[in-house]
Amino acid sequence: MFDVGLGHYLTLGAIIFTIGLIGIFLNRKNVIVLLMSIELILLAVNINLVSFSIFINDLSGQIFTLFILTVAAAEAAIGLAIIVVYFRNSGTIRVEEIEKLKG
Amino acid sequence: MINFDLIFPEIFLSLVIMFLLMIGVFKKNSERLVYNLSIISLIILFALVINLYTFEESYIFNESYKIDILSLFTKSLVLIVAIFIMISSFSYLKTQSILKIEYPILILSSILGMMVMISSNDLIVFYLGLELQSLALYVLASFKRDNILSSESGLKYFVLSALSSGLLLYGCSLVYGFSGSTNFNTISDQTFQTQYGVIFGLVFIIVGLAFKISAVPFHMWAPDVYQGSPTSVTLFFAALPKVAALTVIIRFLYTPFVNLMDQWQTILVFISIASMLFGAIAAIGQYNLKRLIAYSSISHMGYALAGLASGTNQGIQSSITYISIYLVMTLAFFSCLFMLRKKSVFYEKIEDLSGLSTNHPVLSVALLIVLFSLAGIPPLAGFFAKFYIFMAVIEQSMYFLAIVGLLSTVVAAFYYLRLIKIIYFDKPKEKFEKDHNIGLKITLAISTGILGLYFIYPGLLNNIISRILLI
Repeated sequence: MFDVGLGHYLTLGAIIFTIGLIGIFLNRKNVIVLLMSIELILLAVNINLVSFSIFINDLSGQIFTLFILTVAAAEAAIGLAIIVVYFRNSGTIRVEEIEKLKG
Repeated sequence: MINFDLIFPEIFLSLVIMFLLMIGVFKKNSERLVYNLSIISLIILFALVINLYTFEESYIFNESYKIDILSLFTKSLVLIVAIFIMISSFSYLKTQSILKIEYPILILSSILGMMVMISSNDLIVFYLGLELQSLALYVLASFKRDNILSSESGLKYFVLSALSSGLLLYGCSLVYGFSGSTNFNTISDQTFQTQYGVIFGLVFIIVGLAFKISAVPFHMWAPDVYQGSPTSVTLFFAALPKVAALTVIIRFLYTPFVNLMDQWQTILVFISIASMLFGAIAAIGQYNLKRLIAYSSISHMGYALAGLASGTNQGIQSSITYISIYLVMTLAFFSCLFMLRKKSVFYEKIEDLSGLSTNHPVLSVALLIVLFSLAGIPPLAGFFAKFYIFMAVIEQSMYFLAIVGLLSTVVAAFYYLRLIKIIYFDKPKEKFEKDHNIGLKITLAISTGILGLYFIYPGLLNNIISRILLI
């Protein structure tokens, strides 16, 4: 049978990480998509950490993952709050229209 | 047995934060009270940290928290500068009506994050400190919430900083996986030149930390965020997170990755050269003082990194001296900005400085000292800061780095001198108000005094810093 090893997990993590990065840099539409991309990056890190933790028999990776999940939740809450504040002031959350600060 | 004395400042600070939150919830109109109490608690905290200098280098919590002279010195630096920032920005907050109870509490929580970050000796502890600091800073950047510029700067800072945390974490996960531990000392023992996984992780971590100190090529957030945030928050941004992040860079490079010096030295030299040149050249076309100081801080970070790139104790010490003097210069410059006020409007354009010397001779002299010091003209403190960096770099025969640094100093001198020309030789404008808060005056006097008189007794600062020996 086909064996799933550490390399496969790392590749999965790397693919999700790249999708997140590309989502941030190519996105021209919506700030919410940026938030989703950031979450994707953090999830890729979690996949990496959990798989490492299993393959090197060390628990601290999984503990790290729990902390990252918690912080990611707090970060998403603050991010959404900032987006709401911004929307109230400008009436839009389209990425290409966020350009009041330039010089 | 855990020696809780060593972590007592952090415990005290977290209790103070919760206590002040409770006061804010249960007592009406307690903004002033909370603000003053937080200044007092920062002073107590400073005394507590100073008190720890008697301890030898020690670890607590399974070697995940390190107390040594580097962490104590940068912690006391952060605290003393934070006290002056709070004192000097009070009248600004009041006139801008953003003096709310959350403001000092957010500042205190980000300082708690910085203290944890500075002392961390473990990837998990480091990440938690970093995030506590950044989460508070996101909110601070968008604190003037009915202002579109402030909320836009908060949004930009949030997206880019969260991205950089993501990159940094990816690096942390690779380092953890390939070295088998999250502890800095163990990572250092397990890391060799041939481990490409760890080197890959190292690159991601350096990228993430370069974001936090806004070094080129990861600087794009700095000018926008500096311009959009309220000036008091800009002062906070320009000063404290950089010290904390720079200390963490020192910690990372010289504890877990000390065996990979050949690899990170090249990256650091590149980042340093790019920051020095870009910061000097891009600042020329600016018309907003806060934007200008953002570019100037980018180039200053380049010099601080040049000291680190040399890879010697002398280099580390010179870049810590540099960042200390940079903090004083930033504090003095922003105190001058807080004084440019007319009918509760604060002015931040370069043209508003025009002919300042006719109506405000004292303020102009202070600005003159600060700008000369930023440009690195002897005998002001800024000159010595650059001098130590170049000494350390040349001692390692990194001549290219030194030459580029000197050249960009010359380019940067252009825009500082242009400001001085505008202040002293252009047509005077309407007077600014002169009734300033006493705290602001004291801050300006002390910081310009330090800049002007540093050369009389440089040993005061250098004696403590010369005790920082990492390799």
